[in-house]
Amino acid sequence: MNVHLILFLAFGAVALAGAINLLAQTHPINSALSLIAVMAALAGEYLLLGAEFVAAVQVIVYAGAIMVLFVFTIMLLNAGVEERTKGSRVAVLFGIPGILLGSILVAWVVLRHSGTEAVAAGALPGSPQTIGPLLFHEFLLPFEITSILILIAIMGAVVLASKPPSAPRKVS
Amino acid sequence: MTANFHLWLIPVLPLAGAAINGFFGKKASRPAVSTVGLLFSGAAFAWALWVALHFSSVEAPYPEFVAHWIRAGAFSADFAFYLDQLSLVMLLVVTGVGFLIHIYSVGYMWDDPSYYRFFAYLNLFMFFMLTLVLANNYLLMFVGWEGVGLASYLLIGFWFTKDSAASAGKKAFIVNRIGDFGFLIGLFLIIQNFKSLNFTDVFAKVGLLAPETAGAGLLTAIGILLMVGACGKSAQIPLYVWLPDAMEGPTPVSALIHAATMVTAGVYMIARSHAIFERAPGALMVVAIIGTLTALFAATIGIAQTDIKKVLAYSTVSQLGYMFMACGVGAFSAGIFHLMTHAFFKGLLFLGAGSVIHAVGGEQDMRKMGGLKSYIPWTFLVMLIATAAIAGIPPLAGFWSKDEILWKAFSSEHGSWVFWLVGVITAFITSFYMFRLLFMTFWGNYHGAHVDEDGHGSLGHDGHGEPHESPWVMLAPLMILAVLSLFGGFVGLHNHFENFLAPVFGSGGGATGESAKSGTEWALMGVSVLVALLGAIMAWVLYVSKPYLPQKIADSLGSFYEAVLNKYYVDELYAKLFVKPLVDGSTSILWQGVDRKVIDDSINDAADGARHVSDEVRHMQSGNLRSYAGWIAAGASLLIAYMIWVGVR
Amino acid sequence: MVPLSYYLLLSGILFACGVTGFLIKRNIITIFMSIELMLNGVNLSFVAFAAHWHSLAGQVFVFFVMVVAAAEAAVGLAIIIAVYRTRETLNVDQVNLLKL
Repeated sequence: MNVHLILFLAFGAVALAGAINLLAQTHPINSALSLIAVMAALAGEYLLLGAEFVAAVQVIVYAGAIMVLFVFTIMLLNAGVEERTKGSRVAVLFGIPGILLGSILVAWVVLRHSGTEAVAAGALPGSPQTIGPLLFHEFLLPFEITSILILIAIMGAVVLASKPPSAPRKVS
Repeated sequence: MTANFHLWLIPVLPLAGAAINGFFGKKASRPAVSTVGLLFSGAAFAWALWVALHFSSVEAPYPEFVAHWIRAGAFSADFAFYLDQLSLVMLLVVTGVGFLIHIYSVGYMWDDPSYYRFFAYLNLFMFFMLTLVLANNYLLMFVGWEGVGLASYLLIGFWFTKDSAASAGKKAFIVNRIGDFGFLIGLFLIIQNFKSLNFTDVFAKVGLLAPETAGAGLLTAIGILLMVGACGKSAQIPLYVWLPDAMEGPTPVSALIHAATMVTAGVYMIARSHAIFERAPGALMVVAIIGTLTALFAATIGIAQTDIKKVLAYSTVSQLGYMFMACGVGAFSAGIFHLMTHAFFKGLLFLGAGSVIHAVGGEQDMRKMGGLKSYIPWTFLVMLIATAAIAGIPPLAGFWSKDEILWKAFSSEHGSWVFWLVGVITAFITSFYMFRLLFMTFWGNYHGAHVDEDGHGSLGHDGHGEPHESPWVMLAPLMILAVLSLFGGFVGLHNHFENFLAPVFGSGGGATGESAKSGTEWALMGVSVLVALLGAIMAWVLYVSKPYLPQKIADSLGSFYEAVLNKYYVDELYAKLFVKPLVDGSTSILWQGVDRKVIDDSINDAADGARHVSDEVRHMQSGNLRSYAGWIAAGASLLIAYMIWVGVR
Repeated sequence: MVPLSYYLLLSGILFACGVTGFLIKRNIITIFMSIELMLNGVNLSFVAFAAHWHSLAGQVFVFFVMVVAAAEAAVGLAIIIAVYRTRETLNVDQVNLLKL
């Protein structure tokens, strides 16, 4: 039992609690806040693995920008408590057992083949100095493409969310 | 020196006539159609005459190769012709009588709206019949065989808008088919065992086989099967039922096809295959028995018939029985001799009957005729000659040929006195019913439609009332045939005819070669003349001097007379035994069961099944996002499971 | 020293929670958030493997995933706003016109 493991378990517990809370809450804002908690915990996990750059980006972009976007949308649409409506039988009947089956299988595989090799804390330091050259040399093409992707997303979002052109007003 | 006869012209000329009349005749004028029809059939006859005149200059048999047809490994059958004495006789009969009947038809069918179609079909028939007669192999003969069956169907059902005519045509074709089935199996046996269908090849190989005197063998089987085919085409028992119905066709058709030529194709085929039959006594016996029985059977039916054409039809069946009897006792040349004379007098009888029918305006019931000898004297004269010929009164043609058959039936090694006796009885009956026909039609008082005050009759065409003589275009062929019936038999004198055909049939053709006749032969000849005269006298008594007698005899015979009048109910028997079960089985099993239930329903069920499946599956497209997600999750986990299973193995 | 399998188990559980949320939640925005949860779970396994195999490519990939997630969130929320404008509801069960 070392610090690494304790920290891992602590962050893991927070993440799991947040995830389950996301499912349990009825109001979307509560779910959003739980999700922020999950992301923060995951950022801690990344740090344990030595991925500093990724952890920072997680907090800044994911928790700081994307989740804020979510919260803004919830506020904008005045989303309220979820009503209970007649759902889909298929989703419950087939989906949940399906995903349960899938996860059990994956878990079984993982545990069978894992052995006892461990990942040391800070095993692979991922600082900006190391990530940067990789990003601009081997992964230059994906980098440029994702920038175009973001451009398209901006345009799409602006078009989709803008008010539809209103009818000309009658001159009174 | 061998001249080139160009035999192929003889069948092809009528074919050209048929094509021209068939394609262009509808808009053409009657004289044009007549010219084409007469020209091409006349040209065929002229060519046949030319060939006959030069026949002695070539070595018989004369082969002529026209074109390749089938070459399949070792088997080959070609478009090739074969002229020997037998086919020469047939050739002259077919083209000669055919041409005369073409001339007659110009007058008889003049008022018919489908005039061109008649001549097209008639020429087409000539083409097929000549192919049959001239072929050098069984396969080409079979082509002609089937073709004349087709022409017969077309011509019997010439007035196809009449139900009875259409049915008669179908009946003829179908019954023929049954015979052809036997014929085909016989041909298959020939191919299997002799590897060829050419006459020369087959008969050469057959000649190497031993006679099957001890029981039945291959040759007997082939012979019997060929006889089955002949029964169909030549209307013998049990396949004769189509010939009386075939009288629905126009009278020239009855004369040409169902008296002179097509029905004799069976006899020709048996005679051609004599090599097979001579080595299969069992088959010969079958042929003789069928022929003899048919001759007697049909003659008895002929006594009671009242339709003039039906009497002649049964008479044809009976005379064909004589020809088969001749072949069955090994006297093939006698059979062919009778075939030739029969073509003359039976053709004459039918054409004369046509003239009578034309005179009384379409009436065919003899009870409504009578006393016509004063109205149509020329027709009466030729009918008298023909009747005497068929009855076997010397010195007309029928006497020579029929007497020859009876003598051979008695004296040949395959013959027996039983055949002779039945033949004599049949000759008596033949003479009786033929003179009955003559007396009922021409003697006594006219019972038919008479002129009323306006001078129009109730029957017939164009306001004709009194029976009147036919035009010269119909009378001229009658005259020619009458001359042939009078003098045509003289070729049988001194065994000329037999000796002429001896190269074909060999000495086994029943010829004894001697020209002197024995005492037995004279005695038998006397007997046949006697019965012929007896029949004539009895007919005179019953129908001229004491006309009340037939009705009394009929009444006293009661149900037996009914049976004879109704042709022994054979048609009804066949309908019950064969036709009805076939039609019922076809309707219930093949149509309702197989066609509807199996074929139609399987397709309909497939379509229904597709619709039901899609009805169920379409519920997946519910528009509900979460159900889609559910399906995706389930499917993804299945995929993962599969990948793990594959990876773990 | 934490075994690799622990990280992977955590990642798997987070992913399963995300799918479950997608299946049982009725509010569109919550469903969207479940998708983000799924992506986070996957990111964790990427980074864990990167540390295990000593390859920085895993972390670079996580970077790209996050960028794409951002773009997707932007567009997706714009769509949700457009749908809300026309259908007046955030309940996904009521947005079901595309059916047979």
